[in-house]
Amino acid sequence: MNKIIQIQQLNFFYGKTQSLHDINLDIHEKRVTAFIGPSGCGKSTLLRTLNRMYDLYPGQRAEGAIHYRGRNILENGTDVNMLRAKVGMVFQKPTPFPMSVYDNIAFGVRLYEDLSKGEMDERVEWALKKAALWGEVKDKLNKSGLSLSGGQQQRLCIARGVAVKPDVLLLDEPTSALDPISTAKVEELISELKQDYTIAIVTHNMQQAARCSDYTAYMYLGKLVEFGETDQIFMNPARTETQDYITGRFG
Amino acid sequence: MMGEHSSKQYDQELEAIRSKVLQMGGVVETQFADAMTCFRTGNVERAARVIADDSTVNQFEIELDDACNHLIVRRQPAANDLRSVMATVKVITDLERIGDEAAKIARTTRDMQARGPSSINHFEMVRAIASSATDLLHDALDAFARQDGGQALQLIEQDEVVDHEFRSIMRALVTFMMEDPRTISSALDTLWVAKAIERIGDHAKNIAEYVIYVVEGRDIRHQRPAPLGSDTPAA
Repeated sequence: MNKIIQIQQLNFFYGKTQSLHDINLDIHEKRVTAFIGPSGCGKSTLLRTLNRMYDLYPGQRAEGAIHYRGRNILENGTDVNMLRAKVGMVFQKPTPFPMSVYDNIAFGVRLYEDLSKGEMDERVEWALKKAALWGEVKDKLNKSGLSLSGGQQQRLCIARGVAVKPDVLLLDEPTSALDPISTAKVEELISELKQDYTIAIVTHNMQQAARCSDYTAYMYLGKLVEFGETDQIFMNPARTETQDYITGRFG
Repeated sequence: MMGEHSSKQYDQELEAIRSKVLQMGGVVETQFADAMTCFRTGNVERAARVIADDSTVNQFEIELDDACNHLIVRRQPAANDLRSVMATVKVITDLERIGDEAAKIARTTRDMQARGPSSINHFEMVRAIASSATDLLHDALDAFARQDGGQALQLIEQDEVVDHEFRSIMRALVTFMMEDPRTISSALDTLWVAKAIERIGDHAKNIAEYVIYVVEGRDIRHQRPAPLGSDTPAA
């Protein structure tokens, strides 16, 4: 299977505090990789290195290598805007822009592509369909994105991420603020999206990792404790630490 | 054993299920021992009690199944906890079947007594296999209680001895029946009892296999080589 991202000897620092230690991990193309672990274990930090989101904050730095399609994205000279178009991110809380549903989708696309009105209409419809939201919003494309329900807002954010046709989608606890039905819809969406995209998801919900992912990484105190196929991790983990965490014997 | 869960309640629920399974195992063991005693002595009242005990065992099965279902829906167990619950559900089924076999032995005793004395020393025929199966069941429950994968592995080989003994009994009984057709009814009854004991050995072996599954995460069912000796019954 194709390894789209290869993380090698990655260390990460918030100022002087080291929060990731020697991470080595491969992310497979068109598969879902889940990151689980207690709060502060570094899973969100790791996700944020994959599209260099940390660059926005001074004092944060990464060492080691992250090869994305063969190229080390940690090197100087990486076009981070292009990188973030290819490696999109969806956050814990829905973050729709204060503009219409239509413009929420079109906004990102306009940054990278010059489309005609007709092409843009098609793209917006395509992205909303991909995010399983089209049926619910097709009659209110001009309404504010903020008028949608929480679950719809989160799917709008996923549609926005999909609209720029990325390669990889990073989801940072995408359903932690959603009700069970919206959560189920987002999970359904994840299994749809993996036909075309590579997905990395951080989640506190262990059952969600078990349901949605093909591979699972268990992290603790900034280290990768165990990485393997999700079935194996949840049925018969190799490490006692992993077993203690997923069976609720932690702490 | 394992460390404790963050939720004490969860630990208590698991422990309650475990101790109830052992309690059920105790009842079934006694039921089997009583069935063998009445097969030896021909005590019909005792046989009736063994048959009546079956409803106690059935009640255990229903309650434990229910407790496991509740645990799954409430706790969503994973890894070794999940294996443990799934194995428990199966252990319960095997224990219930052992209870059925014991009741079958008791019923056969009743029928044999009703028919009057026979020329076959029926208990001597099954003494050895009954003793092997009794040990096997006891040790399987012990391995389950202590979650001892090593002991469980040995028991699987012990079951082959029980199977081998059953085939010897069958050959001996066939010889009796050929020599003297008047022995046919009591020989067949003895054969049913031997078969019931052999099945109890199989169920005990299943329990041992589940212990290995819980402890090591390895499913070794249906992987054993052919049992000792020839498998073709003398006919």
